[in-house]
Amino acid sequence: MTTLAPPLPEVEKPAAPPLRTARSSRSPLRHLGVALPGAVVGAVVLAALAPGLLAPQDPLEISLSESFAPPSAEHLFGTDQSGRDVFSRVIHGARQSLLIGLGATAIGLLGAMVLGLAGGLGGRLADGAVTRVIEILYAFPGILLALILIAVYGNSALTQMVAVGLATMPGYARMVRSQVLVVRRSAYVEAARTLGHPPARILLRTLLPNAFRPLTVLITLGVGQAVVWAAALGFLGMGVQPPTAEWGAMLNAGRHYIQQAWWMDFFPGVTIVLFTLSLTVLGRRLQQSTDAGALR
Amino acid sequence: MNVVLIRRILTTIASAALLLWAVATIVFFLQHLVPGDPAMAILGGASANPPEETLQAIRDQYGFEDPLLVQYGAFLTGLVQLDLGESYTMKQPVTAIVSEQILPTLQLTGAALAIAWALAITLTLLTAGRRGWLGRLGAGIEVVFAALPHFWLGVVLLVVFAVVLQWLPVVDDGPLGLVLPALTLGIPLGGFLAQVTRDEFDVALRQPFVLSALSRGARTADVRFRQVLRHAALPGIALSGWGLGSLISGAVVVEVIFSRQGIGQVLVAAVNAQDLPLVIGVTFVVALVYVIANILSDAASVLVDPRLRHTIGATS
Repeated sequence: MTTLAPPLPEVEKPAAPPLRTARSSRSPLRHLGVALPGAVVGAVVLAALAPGLLAPQDPLEISLSESFAPPSAEHLFGTDQSGRDVFSRVIHGARQSLLIGLGATAIGLLGAMVLGLAGGLGGRLADGAVTRVIEILYAFPGILLALILIAVYGNSALTQMVAVGLATMPGYARMVRSQVLVVRRSAYVEAARTLGHPPARILLRTLLPNAFRPLTVLITLGVGQAVVWAAALGFLGMGVQPPTAEWGAMLNAGRHYIQQAWWMDFFPGVTIVLFTLSLTVLGRRLQQSTDAGALR
Repeated sequence: MNVVLIRRILTTIASAALLLWAVATIVFFLQHLVPGDPAMAILGGASANPPEETLQAIRDQYGFEDPLLVQYGAFLTGLVQLDLGESYTMKQPVTAIVSEQILPTLQLTGAALAIAWALAITLTLLTAGRRGWLGRLGAGIEVVFAALPHFWLGVVLLVVFAVVLQWLPVVDDGPLGLVLPALTLGIPLGGFLAQVTRDEFDVALRQPFVLSALSRGARTADVRFRQVLRHAALPGIALSGWGLGSLISGAVVVEVIFSRQGIGQVLVAAVNAQDLPLVIGVTFVVALVYVIANILSDAASVLVDPRLRHTIGATS
């Protein structure tokens, strides 16, 4: 899991010819391709909203006599070093992990909006400055920027969220900027200007929605990315502290017992993989359908 | 050597230097935003309860009470002389620690990049541009590979190959110990590169030169390997500089899983101890590697696509 948005050269993509026919798009396999990831994302959201409905046991209940129990009918995902039920902890961890992921994405997008709009609308000088800033931020690859912020501001769930958000910002900023540049030159913005709409109205009602629509797909992918980065920080022992159930923190706890209790890391990890993979698949589908829509 | 080439090289160096200066400036000011007394951190934190005279001596020694601009000047001067200060916790020059630990990390990331490319090229050559299940299988594998987080893939590989099957050592400084960490790092990047290469491969397959080569009687496998791949590899090569940077960030996690020596382990320890000079030193070196890797990947792009000789640098 490497990527949100590498600095790809900005090239206008030629419209790809539709590869699939209308008939194949209704085949049962394709249907499953949306239903399955949809169910996974739905389950994670449900777990985040109402963990009590799904979790068979108290995620914090310690039972030392049952520590390190392998997966069984009673403990689907086994138990951890204190005999807590890993399955229940994974379910209860969804809320924290999702909150951090969503919060980080929001922070990243907000920063990106400011940068991208300044670059896209502010004229040559501002654009040059924004491009430089994005370039500089890219020189702190991956979670590096997050690690620096944690080193400076200490270790907490909030820092974790802000840090991941800032780390994802340059990728979004680049896309907002190029999107704004495209939309700004579009005929409908020209039309709105000719009609004499005030600049504020053009910005809010015409430019922003149109510049943002293509980004919705990327946001779907980005939330998964943010969850993974937050979990990576948690895995390194930074972020939410035990005994709170959170996927990253659980991975960190399991890391120390890998050789005797693989399930402590395996199952939280599988959950993260399935969740992000589902978001990726759904995001792609969304992208295909919007691309197809644009062709019509 | 013509004038254009020399000017291009000079521009590249200048913009790289500018980028590094900006990175250095950011980390310097971040460091000085830290709440708390750095002298206290050097002496082991407030819990160590150092006497006031010692604190003052440290402040004088490191110049913590000088005006910020003076400290900034001293920091930049040190940087130019490859002096990144002294680690609070290890009481050694940061440059010495980093230069000792960067080699194993570069080995790891280099091996991972090779694996990623081998994977991307294999997947592309075998499955790209093919209709039916083969193409779909290839695309599916890439998506799954690209979505695997290092922290999970590493743990799974470790448990399967080192603990259960015992084919490979859990911890080993030799070449065998490099296999699992490099796979952990390389597989996700390989999946990502393969996605990019596949898209490009599909586009290139529809180009007239493919038809013309085939009509001259060239074999399909030959065309795929010698002509189409050249086109398809370009965006991947351009991304490799960025990829190496992201690998170093991934190496932080991988080195922790496999208890491997390297800059990632140093960074995690430094972050946990709030050893800022060390954190900054590592960051700066990573940025340096990133800049160099990007210059190299630009150069590699030109090697693969001679057309770029006339355009690169002209636009930027």
